[in-house]
Amino acid sequence: MAETSQHGEHGAPATGETRRDFLILAAGAMGAIATIAVVWPLIETMNPAADTLALSSTEIDISGIEVGQAIVVVWRGKPVFVRHRAPEEIEEARKVSLDDLGDKQSDEERAKKAEWLILVGVCTHLGCIPLGTKQGDPRGDFGGWFCPCHGSHYDTSGRIRKGPAPRNLEVPPYEFLSDTLVKIG
Amino acid sequence: MSTPVPRNKVAQWIEYRLPIFSWANHNLIDFPEPKNLNYWWNFGSLAGIILVIQIITGIVLAMHYTPHVDHAFDSVERIMRDVEWGWLIRYIHMNGASMFFAVVYIHIFRGMYYGSYKSPREILWWLGIILLFLIMGTAFMGYVLPWGQMSFWAATVITNLVSAIPWIGETLRDWLWGGFSVDNPTLNRFFSLHYLLPFVIVGVVILHIWALHHRRSNNPLGIDVKSAKDTIPFHPYYTVRDLFGLGAMLFVLFVFVFFVPNMLGETINYVKADPLQTPPHIVPEWYFLPYYAILRAIPDKLGGVVAMVASIAILFILPWLDTSKVRSARFRPIYKQLFWVFVADCFVLGWVGANPPEGSFVWIGQICTIYYFAHFLIILPILGKLERPRPLPDSIHEAVLKKRGGAPAVQPAATMEKH
Repeated sequence: MAETSQHGEHGAPATGETRRDFLILAAGAMGAIATIAVVWPLIETMNPAADTLALSSTEIDISGIEVGQAIVVVWRGKPVFVRHRAPEEIEEARKVSLDDLGDKQSDEERAKKAEWLILVGVCTHLGCIPLGTKQGDPRGDFGGWFCPCHGSHYDTSGRIRKGPAPRNLEVPPYEFLSDTLVKIG
Repeated sequence: MSTPVPRNKVAQWIEYRLPIFSWANHNLIDFPEPKNLNYWWNFGSLAGIILVIQIITGIVLAMHYTPHVDHAFDSVERIMRDVEWGWLIRYIHMNGASMFFAVVYIHIFRGMYYGSYKSPREILWWLGIILLFLIMGTAFMGYVLPWGQMSFWAATVITNLVSAIPWIGETLRDWLWGGFSVDNPTLNRFFSLHYLLPFVIVGVVILHIWALHHRRSNNPLGIDVKSAKDTIPFHPYYTVRDLFGLGAMLFVLFVFVFFVPNMLGETINYVKADPLQTPPHIVPEWYFLPYYAILRAIPDKLGGVVAMVASIAILFILPWLDTSKVRSARFRPIYKQLFWVFVADCFVLGWVGANPPEGSFVWIGQICTIYYFAHFLIILPILGKLERPRPLPDSIHEAVLKKRGGAPAVQPAATMEKH
């Protein structure tokens, strides 16, 4: 561009040069827009497809889960932990001072009903499934879950207490349809 | 030296339209190489050959493989049990990947020892680092395809690395997955990319060789070629030696293929992927272990990911971090030793990466990670200023003659150095 205007100074008709500048600019802009228009669908196509998005809610019956037990259900291809917490587990989760937490969240914010803890069972570090749901699993130093991959410890509210994970276990969107039926998603 | 114009009429006809014979003659036959290259200079050609082996076996495997979560595992087992020679082709491909990394790592360490990254070969070096990234990506996606337990969980852990990026990380991760977890869309795209990337690698290899042939090979003395006396033609001297090296490499490869084909793999990858059951101990393949150790050495998710990527990306600025004007470690008495300390550091990182992040492995991994970066960021810049290099020979020719006891200047047939 600078070059063409220099030519203008050297005697070539200035009007012709402006016209060429305009054409180059317009063609370049159209080329850029066309490139974006081509690349956009190519990038978008890799996003979750409609059928994948459609699988985004699941209903579960929680009547069979005894106090102290937990089950794993699948939601969006990921495990979801549903734990029927014992009173001492609830108490332990609620007496922790927020200052002791890396990702500060009270237990009341995390459980709609105190005895039911519902969490996405995916470690927030690199996506392994923490142990602690089955009977006899190691539960880590804080009585909740323990991720065997890189050693993250979660407490009885699923909050990160020790290890490399940056955040608490995620609480999925859920609602109680009745006392025994929960809809996740 | 042979004449660049072919004598055969058909060849002349072709040559006039596409100068392929003079091109081949220039690059593969008469091409002057330093006469003192040692066997560490074999590994570039070995990497090229193993790439071809991987592409050929891979194309055959793709004819039998089904990229679907319900069929992938079974189709691989079918290749192993029912497909004619399927076991052989898959074992070559599987162990070929390990061989590829072994060869490439030796090739890189060779470049570091002899200062091959220094001016005027920086772009040659960069292309090599880009190749390393591409090879790592290809190997990772290939490992996912059999859809075993380790395939699935390696894919989960590695793709989750991008979720460490602030703000857009999780969106980006779901975009990579094409869903909300590693699932069928992920497997499909990994198969597509695993097929594509080797050809991208071929393209970058062509640029790598172009840059090499433009500025020519470095050599064990690290001094420039000054006259024709310093060189010998590529053919037959180095073609024969590359073939000999190929024989040696294939021997090692087939010892693995025929006798211990699963030694380098994880047994649990012969268990079909279960998205609800993480294996008790997730480890990557051996060639990723040092990076894995660096990832785990940093007690912060984003920090770990940044350190892991930086551990390779730092090689891009190595030509400027190393302030010494002398290329070859042979004339750098202190660097020569610190190079081996660095190699040992990489091995210890690999050993730490193979073990669970508990007890002393944690601090050993952290110390080795610090040393890894200190080597590049502290030791190399300072060493180049402090170290007094030994005197360089005047020419390759002179140094070679001196080594051979000052023999008269007969064109020596065997010019390789003995180590």
